[in-house]
Amino acid sequence: MDGTDPTVLDELERRSRGDGLPRLLGVVSLALGVGGLLAPRALARLAGVDDAPRAYPVIRAVAARELGHAAGLLAGRRPVGWTWTRLVGDASDLLLLGRALTGRRGERRRRAAITTGVVAGIAAVDLLAALRAGRAHRARERIITVEVGVTVNRPASEAYRFWRDLENLPHFMAHLESVRADDLRRSHWTARGPAGQPVSWDAEIVEDRPNERITWRSLPGAAVPNAGRVRFVPAPGDRGTEVRVELGYAPPAGRLGRVVAKLFGEEPEQQVRDDLRRFKQVLETGEVVRSDASPAGITLRQEFLQRPAQPLPAGRRG
Amino acid sequence: MKATAWMGRDSVKVVDVPDPRILNARDAIVKISSTAICGSDLHLYHGYIPALRKGDILGHEFMGEVVEVGPEVDNLAVGDRVVVPFPIACGNCVSCQQGRYSVCENSNPNAGLAEKIMGHSPAGIFGYSHLLGGYAGGQAEYARVPFADVGPIKVPDEVPDDQALMLADVFPTGYMGAEMCDITPGDVIAVWGAGPVGLLAAASARLLGAERVIVIDRYPYRLRLAAEHVGAETINYAELDVLDELNQRTAGRGPDACIDAVGLEGHHGNAAVYAYDRAKQAVRLETERPSALRQAILACRSGGVVSVIGAYGGFVDKFPIGAFMNRSLIMRTGQCHVQRYTRPLLEHIVRGDLDPSLVISHRMPLKDAAKGYRIFQKKQDDCTKVVLKV
Repeated sequence: MDGTDPTVLDELERRSRGDGLPRLLGVVSLALGVGGLLAPRALARLAGVDDAPRAYPVIRAVAARELGHAAGLLAGRRPVGWTWTRLVGDASDLLLLGRALTGRRGERRRRAAITTGVVAGIAAVDLLAALRAGRAHRARERIITVEVGVTVNRPASEAYRFWRDLENLPHFMAHLESVRADDLRRSHWTARGPAGQPVSWDAEIVEDRPNERITWRSLPGAAVPNAGRVRFVPAPGDRGTEVRVELGYAPPAGRLGRVVAKLFGEEPEQQVRDDLRRFKQVLETGEVVRSDASPAGITLRQEFLQRPAQPLPAGRRG
Repeated sequence: MKATAWMGRDSVKVVDVPDPRILNARDAIVKISSTAICGSDLHLYHGYIPALRKGDILGHEFMGEVVEVGPEVDNLAVGDRVVVPFPIACGNCVSCQQGRYSVCENSNPNAGLAEKIMGHSPAGIFGYSHLLGGYAGGQAEYARVPFADVGPIKVPDEVPDDQALMLADVFPTGYMGAEMCDITPGDVIAVWGAGPVGLLAAASARLLGAERVIVIDRYPYRLRLAAEHVGAETINYAELDVLDELNQRTAGRGPDACIDAVGLEGHHGNAAVYAYDRAKQAVRLETERPSALRQAILACRSGGVVSVIGAYGGFVDKFPIGAFMNRSLIMRTGQCHVQRYTRPLLEHIVRGDLDPSLVISHRMPLKDAAKGYRIFQKKQDDCTKVVLKV
């Protein structure tokens, strides 16, 4: 989709990024690596191993390793893996320090013990970072984003006006039960849950360019953080308006996340496409088009659960 | 009400179902007086059109009296006698506004399904599978007609049902098939299939000024209709080699345009070719037997038009793309944009230019629908078209 501003889902991305701590650890690695190479003697004194000539090649090796970590954590595209190799490094450092402790007494033993404590502390932080980064990575993988467009034979101004009145959205968005506009920015949304229980959240409009685009996002506290943007672009010639929608959902881990994933099924795009088909029907023909086999109009679910093409029994509507 | 329901391959039954109701503001309910069985209903009957369900009400050719209108229908009133075009079209989308009603962008609620098979969705059609909307059909006592402000036209009292009913599908379809040939003086038009659509395509080709029309079929009684009522020359492909014969009769030029009014269940003079397609179709490796289409492409003069109005549903193979490409042929096709033709063709009927009821061979009550399908399928009793009276 050309002309797309890639920032629409920034809000969702940021929530699940979680790579601040790995970068910080990268700085620690860099300091240790540079220190080890430039001032091995000072480092050896600090760790209480300046009495052993064999300590210097070991310190240089550790320093080189840490520079590798620093490169991976600071410049790498996926710092998650590097937090785990840092843990391996921590383990081998603790092993070496354990051996250093056994042969020493007095001040040197005290310094080696302090160093061991510091390294153990850093290892704990490394473990935390690795776990958190893994969780964030999985959360990012759960994010559902969809981009779909439809061409509507109406002017952009009319399509914008209909959409801007957010209370119209349930007319064509199948999963929405209602939207209540609290004021020009804030609104309260209620969606149909899979077992029939409603799910509600508050949202705000973050960008409103009349006849061009609307961007909205859920407010903190939504069980499923979500954001969306719709753009109205005059189609070439007399072809009406290209209505292009981007939607994003950040389902949490656990049961709710699984439910959301199930709700969207294998084809979230198809569902949004069907929503837009209904939007087109409402704008062009005035209503959602119904048939005997699909009395509620288009839905993905309905396509697979067709009733026979016979009139509905008396008393049943839609 | 009573309605004709598809009950499985080669089986229909008149069953009791609820009466239709208004579901959309632009709906009307029509009390049906006459409804016909179409050749494409036989494709459904045989199970060659995908996404049919047991219990689906068939029928897309019907007419009758308006008994209820939705609040947004302002051009029809209760009591009006109307004929209903078979494609359901909104009149508001770009396709409708450009006259391509049978590819209306809004009338198929199952558009997502159709897109998976066809790339984009065509219009919904009455009684024509779930792929095309899942609308109950009109071989019934009543039908719900969506977009009643766009499709149905009022029929003058002096035009009998038998003539007006042909405006629902076969006359406009045949006419569009001839119109797509861009007929100019001197043109020879060949028509494959002497069923109702082929016969009316041949008659329309004459109406549009064709010099000669040649109709190809294997049933002598149908070829007789073409000769006697349409003034066409005929070729029985069971007896003659069609390509040879067409070359002979046009001194080697080939017909200027060829109309395929057969569609997906063609038969072929060559038993081996027919058996090949039939076998592939039986195991659903190929959904169609496109023998008429292949022959039409090979027969057509270079630079001519191949006009396809026979119904197809899926995929063909052995498509002679080499002949088609190297000889600058033009293919035009489509489900008929009936709404475009109903009024001008009604004029032709009123003026007496053409009587489309010439194709009707049988009339019987709705309750005998199963029998109607059977004799039409087996071409018994010189059957060309069955009209069910309600």
